[in-house]
Amino acid sequence: MWSLFTSHASEFLTGFGWTILSSVIALIGSTILGLGFALLQIVPNRWANLVGKIYIEIVRNIPLLVITMFFYVVVANIFKLNGFISGTIGLTLYTSAFIAETIRAGINAVDSGQYEGGRANGMSWWETMRYIVLPQAIHLVIPPLGNQFVNLIKNSSVLAFVAGLDLMYQANMISQLTFDTFNPYIIVAIFYLMLTMPLSYYMRYLEEKNAH
Amino acid sequence: MQMKQVAGAAFSFFAAGLLMSGVTQTTVHAASSDKNETYERIQKTHKMNWGVKGDTKLMGLMNIESGKLEGFDIDMAKEITKRVDPKAKVELTQITSGTRVPMLLNGNIDSIIATMTITPEREKVVDFSEPYFNAGQSLLVKNSSDVKNIKDLDRKGARILGVQGSNSIENVKKFAPKARIVALPDYATALTALQSGQGDALTTDNGILYGMAVDNKGVKVVGGTFTTEPYGIAVDKDNPKLVKAINDAVDDMKSDGTYDKLAKKWFNDVPGMDWKEVAK
Repeated sequence: MWSLFTSHASEFLTGFGWTILSSVIALIGSTILGLGFALLQIVPNRWANLVGKIYIEIVRNIPLLVITMFFYVVVANIFKLNGFISGTIGLTLYTSAFIAETIRAGINAVDSGQYEGGRANGMSWWETMRYIVLPQAIHLVIPPLGNQFVNLIKNSSVLAFVAGLDLMYQANMISQLTFDTFNPYIIVAIFYLMLTMPLSYYMRYLEEKNAH
Repeated sequence: MQMKQVAGAAFSFFAAGLLMSGVTQTTVHAASSDKNETYERIQKTHKMNWGVKGDTKLMGLMNIESGKLEGFDIDMAKEITKRVDPKAKVELTQITSGTRVPMLLNGNIDSIIATMTITPEREKVVDFSEPYFNAGQSLLVKNSSDVKNIKDLDRKGARILGVQGSNSIENVKKFAPKARIVALPDYATALTALQSGQGDALTTDNGILYGMAVDNKGVKVVGGTFTTEPYGIAVDKDNPKLVKAINDAVDDMKSDGTYDKLAKKWFNDVPGMDWKEVAK
């Protein structure tokens, strides 16, 4: 296994790099989008609630691969999107729906007295959210959010289907070049663990820190 | 303390991976160590399981209406089976370029007849019959494309589509080293990607490309062939009896006219293709 790694080190490391890049972009993008759609679902405006709900229900109930292929073969007719970009967009949108639900659940879990207290003290809806409710919600959603981030990294393997150059893609290529169908995937699994395990542990650490 | 835990956990997974890789390799070898194992299995069970393509028009394609696999390779598989063991039932298993060798080595299928070029690298892992079809690598482009031949693609920024596990993506690197290879899981996806502008050309063997061009008005085959790709029938290593039986069957089909009949049936009406060229 070690010799396979050394002889294809540059491919593995390239794949590792693209996987990290895609994951980081999707992580930032989906967190921002997810927060946005979570707020859209709870603002005191029925139309905004509806838009948020429709987005989340559609996106989270379609397989990630379908969303990705949609961008790779349909949207690509209009905008130039290569496999990496299509995959990263798919990953971002898909994860954002789950993150939105997670954050919304966290906001709902904050005692309604907190919100009422904010409003009773003359704060606007937005100020109440910004200074009273969201800071408390964040503590509550860190563990489930960590799960979503770990899922996001694992799901980035969808890039392999659209030639996104990621770890899984490189593993497929190496395995088919060398006819070794086992070791490339073990190596890739270790690379994924190198990303997901520290993240899991860090999330657990944050959780413990916040518990006290 | 956190870091120590992380390192410890990572190490134990690493060790588990090493252990597992050793175990699996032994089993794979054990399964294929008996000489002529596949041949004897066919004679005993009267079943011959072929790995065939399901996404390649003319060679091996799943007909969605009838639910049956159709193509030159499929007909060849049926005719060869008849000659290897007259009592044997033909079983067809759909494979892709990426899955065919692993499936053969694991014993899921007895032999592969799936637009598979005989190459030295593959000969190290599997045994091949004599060539039964002479394809050559070519290019498929959109009708609107300026690409005339492979030289037009040897430039920075050019993207050539191919299929993972096919040797055409390795070959094309020699002819267009400056281009980037975009490898997709199967031919259906690769063709869709070409139509969506994900690449400047799709490269593989002309037999496969002509099959795509027959059905899709928007694409055409250009530039002739730039390699020769003799297709062989692959079986697991250490099966000389089966290889011989297959070779005899193909010779038999060539002398009694069955082979020409099949080649004509599939390739005679394909514009731009000379069936006598490929079926030698």
